[in-house]
Amino acid sequence: MKFVDEYRNERDARRLADAIERLVTHSWTVMEICGGQTHAIVKFGIDQLLPPQINLVHGPGCPVCVTPIGMIDKAIAIALKPDVILASFGDMARVPGSESNLLTAKAHGADLRIVYSPLEALEIARKNPSKEVVFFAVGFETTAPATAMAVHQARREGLINFSMLVSHVLVPAAVEAILSSPSNRVQGFLAAGHVCTVTGYRDYHTIADKYGVPIVVTGFEPTDILQGLFMCARQLEEGRAEVENQYIRAVREEGNTAAQDLLREVFTTVNRQWRGIGDIPGSGWGLSAAYRPFDAEDRFGAAEEPPESDNECISGRVLQGNAKPSECPAFGQRCKPEHPLGAPMVSSEGACAAYYRHRSRTATASRSTE
Amino acid sequence: MTTEKGSEFSCPLPLSDYPEIVMAHGGGGALTQRLFEEIFQPAFSNPFLNARHDGAVVELSGNRLAFTTDSYVVRPHTFPGGDIGRLAVSGTVNDLLMCGAQPMFISLGLIIEEGFPVASLRTVIDSIRAEAKDANVSVITGDTKVVDKGKGDGIFINTSGIGVLDANTDIAPQRVRPGDAVILSGDIGRHGVAVMAAREMLDLGESIESDVASLGGPVRALFEGSISIHCLRDPTRGGLATALVEIADSAGVEISIDETAIPVSERVRGVCEILGLDPLYVANEGRFVAFVPEPQADEAIDILRRDPLSATACIIGTVKESEPGIVTCTTSIGGTRVIDMLSGEQLPRIC
Repeated sequence: MKFVDEYRNERDARRLADAIERLVTHSWTVMEICGGQTHAIVKFGIDQLLPPQINLVHGPGCPVCVTPIGMIDKAIAIALKPDVILASFGDMARVPGSESNLLTAKAHGADLRIVYSPLEALEIARKNPSKEVVFFAVGFETTAPATAMAVHQARREGLINFSMLVSHVLVPAAVEAILSSPSNRVQGFLAAGHVCTVTGYRDYHTIADKYGVPIVVTGFEPTDILQGLFMCARQLEEGRAEVENQYIRAVREEGNTAAQDLLREVFTTVNRQWRGIGDIPGSGWGLSAAYRPFDAEDRFGAAEEPPESDNECISGRVLQGNAKPSECPAFGQRCKPEHPLGAPMVSSEGACAAYYRHRSRTATASRSTE
Repeated sequence: MTTEKGSEFSCPLPLSDYPEIVMAHGGGGALTQRLFEEIFQPAFSNPFLNARHDGAVVELSGNRLAFTTDSYVVRPHTFPGGDIGRLAVSGTVNDLLMCGAQPMFISLGLIIEEGFPVASLRTVIDSIRAEAKDANVSVITGDTKVVDKGKGDGIFINTSGIGVLDANTDIAPQRVRPGDAVILSGDIGRHGVAVMAAREMLDLGESIESDVASLGGPVRALFEGSISIHCLRDPTRGGLATALVEIADSAGVEISIDETAIPVSERVRGVCEILGLDPLYVANEGRFVAFVPEPQADEAIDILRRDPLSATACIIGTVKESEPGIVTCTTSIGGTRVIDMLSGEQLPRIC
């Protein structure tokens, strides 16, 4: 298939892996931020091509994984109210809240609709004027423009039966949280290419300077990731800490300015709790004053947020790159995708699910603790 | 009395996280398997059921019979390339064929929702008649129930099927041996994508047609060609991945496949790429996997390619003994990964 196969062929992948091998003289720990990249790495076996000096750790870039328990409980409570249709991305439906998940709510009679786009939720609202339609808006800067477009249109059309439960999160704040942690061991980053198609990468220059880490904006196909790793390793070997763009076919430094204008109109920066990590100041988006009438938390009353209690799940350490999924004692034993203890085992972008799905459970443990 | 009955059917391993049935319990993946292992198997355990084949093979008065049943709840009832009626025949016929049986008779159970147009029922029945004729099976018994408006979804169909086996036919997952070649009869993912596109009214330009078909032609050709078939399986719900994992598990072997050898049409790949689906997990209704001794693999491919239903048959992998119960896959860039059963469901109600 055009625009796919050329990035997934063995010859180019081997050539890049060989180039990395020839380049590295030290061991380097590199974090890919985005869960989509984590899955590509595990699904295609990219890490198996790399020299042992490159240690890949997996970042917090899975929106489903970092959505706090309290938000999921709120979504469930709203979904169970009479005459409410809750529209959500499919992955969110299986993530455990404090007691159950949205799929269980559906089995209890909640009207849950799985959508691919927030605009589908808007369409549901138009077709069901006697129902309250709530879109569960999660995601990073990549999905935020679609969320913004949905609520922007709702406001323009005066669609009063539409609202959103917003839990959007922002990548740069998370990167800073990881780098400023005393236990940080990440020496270089692959920034999430699709986030940067929207935001551009100007914000990353200050982070690279402040913390002395190279950041390479990277795509999602195997040869993208290998090239991103090559560029990152080359900076590390040369003692540079700059922002570079591997994903030039999609990302411009200034990003998508039309989308940014809309985002500024619809959202305002808020503090956000990240599941497994905790509160990160300025790490999320909430609806701006003009759009507050569409805030589902206001409309339905915010439930009390329960304390974070993720049992034995070590997702916080996994999401900050301090542990690999297979180092968790519950991994593959008490924690599996069909009964997850934590969100990274649920989402198609979660690191634990990636390891579980694409790696032999026994082999993973031995490989990853090398 | 109630207590006794309750304890008799009690579930030794509670379904810890889902006290109610969720859609994924019917998805054919890990949760369906758990229902089987934790509720159905403990309740009914017997050698036929425990073989976990597409149907049960029994011996009655010296005759070997295959018996199977399946329910069809696909939404929408009509999709590019087929409809619920055709599916209800071919699905059950194929399950019999996968046991190595010659399909003979099927039953037809209809659950119809109040208000369903009689004209639509006629269309479904016409489709059943045509497919049964093609597959050379007779509908010999049936039942009709009607449920209140809003308590069904138009029409649900159950079919059971009976087929006969030759005395020396022995086709089962347990017969798969290290060294066997894994043959796939054609490209994957058409049915799931066609149904989803019809349901969600996705405009894909030229539509993708379901592969729904009764597979008697190619399967019989393999038998007539004296291919020593060890196992057959149609990768329906849960797709090729789930079918292979089930067989690796039952046979206690490793199945090693080559991702680049698995045919997927450009259109199906494109849709899957956009929607984030993995074609390995998308349902098929007109494909099968055959495990045959490696020396006969090329001959089997030659035979299959003569039938239009399996014109693109190819070898996708081999059976090993190194990691029993595991399916491994060589990726397009030369890495390897484990293929696991689907935990949730990619697409509900596709059959």
